[in-house]
Amino acid sequence: MCLIEMGMPKVGLDRKPLLDADGRPEIAWIPRPQISCAQDIAEGMAIRTDSPLAQDARKGVMEFLLINHPLDCPICDQAGECRLQEFSVEYGNAGSRFREEKVKKPKNVVIGPRVTLDDERCILCSRCIRFMKEVAKDDVLGFVDRGSYSTLTVHPGRELDSNYSLNTVDICPVGALTSRDFRFKMRVWFLKETKSFCTSCATGCNTIIGVRENTIYRQTPRDNPDVNDCWMCDYGRLDFHYISAPERLTAPILRPAPRRISYTAALDAARGLLTGRSPGETAMIVSAKMTNEELFLASRLRELLGVQLCDILPRQGTADGILMSADRNPNATGARVFGLTGSLSLAPGARLKDVVEGVGSGKIKALLVFGEDPVACGLSVENLRNLDALVMTSLLPNGGTELAHVVFPSAAFAEKRGSMINGKGRLQRLNRAVNPPGDARDDWEILRDLIQICGGGDGLQTIEDVFKNMAAANPVFLGLSLSKIGDLGLDLSDKLPSL
Amino acid sequence: MAYTVARPKLTFAEKIYLPAIVAGLAITWKHLINTLTGRKKVTMQYPEEKWDANLPEHYRGAPTLVKDEHGRERCVACQLCEFICPPRAIRIKPGELPRESKWAKVEKYPEEFDIDMIRCIYCGLCEEVCPEQAIFLRKDYAITGLSREEMVHNKAKLYELGGVRTGLVHKWNEKK
Repeated sequence: MCLIEMGMPKVGLDRKPLLDADGRPEIAWIPRPQISCAQDIAEGMAIRTDSPLAQDARKGVMEFLLINHPLDCPICDQAGECRLQEFSVEYGNAGSRFREEKVKKPKNVVIGPRVTLDDERCILCSRCIRFMKEVAKDDVLGFVDRGSYSTLTVHPGRELDSNYSLNTVDICPVGALTSRDFRFKMRVWFLKETKSFCTSCATGCNTIIGVRENTIYRQTPRDNPDVNDCWMCDYGRLDFHYISAPERLTAPILRPAPRRISYTAALDAARGLLTGRSPGETAMIVSAKMTNEELFLASRLRELLGVQLCDILPRQGTADGILMSADRNPNATGARVFGLTGSLSLAPGARLKDVVEGVGSGKIKALLVFGEDPVACGLSVENLRNLDALVMTSLLPNGGTELAHVVFPSAAFAEKRGSMINGKGRLQRLNRAVNPPGDARDDWEILRDLIQICGGGDGLQTIEDVFKNMAAANPVFLGLSLSKIGDLGLDLSDKLPSL
Repeated sequence: MAYTVARPKLTFAEKIYLPAIVAGLAITWKHLINTLTGRKKVTMQYPEEKWDANLPEHYRGAPTLVKDEHGRERCVACQLCEFICPPRAIRIKPGELPRESKWAKVEKYPEEFDIDMIRCIYCGLCEEVCPEQAIFLRKDYAITGLSREEMVHNKAKLYELGGVRTGLVHKWNEKK
């Protein structure tokens, strides 16, 4: 609704502006309203955005837009964040003067694995077409037919199956394109929004997590010109359903007697398994999906137990040249900062095979695994069975949790606070959107308690305390705190050791 | 600003109060005699006797869901009633109508629709906000149960109470 009234000062033959009785320049108003989005600003230009003429013109446009609109707001997922609905409140009429038959167009058409199209709701703004052509580089959308029969459609024989297809749902001002994943799940006005970022690759696209009553319903991208502009890939956007999976671990597990036990009993058992070992007998696998605070505490635990072998599980894919990084770990940079990836000269994950060999030969008798599946790390089930001690933290049951002596259920990215460093060296902050289920705890709390029971008392009470200690111990975080990171993150690339 | 209130001029009879007292007692005695002799009844023997036949059309009893004369459930699970409900008594789980359904055009329906009648305050905002003429407050007022679960009206119970309502707008017609 960009109609405005526009004019320029009148000038005399001497090229000087004519002044009215009050000494202000006289304006020559253009008799027709102009569209502001296609108008360049010029020196001396006068603009009326709210004049009776502009308002009247907007009312007229609104009436035209609603002529063929189906008025199915009660079943439309866009309701509540629909620009057309908002403008209808501002400039619309209570009733319609249109007495003819509305133009029928295809409704509820599945045009891709993740997107549904309702052509009757489309206002033909062509944002989705331009996005697919210019940003996603997959020109599959277009208009066919003419006039009021113009219809958005997908290229014959093609689907809207780009990994960026759900961004068209975000930029659609109406409910023409809707997400199949979010379809009819929850009305948007119920959702509490938490600023976060995506942890599905090293890009770390900024996001908003939509939550109602401790359930995540959707993730949408959040504008950050330094990271992701206002886009994100479908893979990362939909990578949150595991958080509310029914198989989530909700209580510590203790073996050989496989029974559910309390958190403190699990800690006691872990102390018995981990302490009193000679250096080199214990190895550690940390996850590059952990936050900096957790990795910092893991490095403290590593020193305390004299662990020599430690590495992360690398997750390499291919970069798509748009947003998705080749490194699918969100915080491999953080793991390197804390020296948990072997050494800086080695690639992350290069020492994983030493861990596998050590466990196979029996040299390593105790293994600590944080947030990863040791079976996926290349350790065989038989070798894991031969370990004296396998202590793990995990979100979901996996090959390792079936064998581990102690398993602590931990928290997912949306369930905790903390920071990560993305592939380009940008420090970003996670916020808690939902609570962890059952007895599951923040990973940093589990790590703090493990450090305490192994004899390294430190009295860390909050995540801020952990960050403070981390900033004191590591020059990369010097002078920073969680709150100083801000919603858009901080560029640390010049402070990081060359990676 | 101070101003003077004119005092009423009382007659002698008004000043001594007695006529007013006598008049009041006369009314009291009239009611007493009428009740004792059974000429007038003031107590209704609830629950044997009920006032139901005299409930006004706008009476706000239990909220219910209705179907129309085509047998279509009116509710499309827009969740506006759930949003407006001041005591948060309403809980809806929306679902998608299968494509082969007779009413597939409507696309959306409530898979579950619960109203917690312990919470409900009979305010009628749900009926007022409903864009589909699907929820109506009917004349049921004696909602009882032996457990909290029994006091939650589920979808089946709500349709049983609501029944069929005719004369509603059919906005999901072919010309929409």
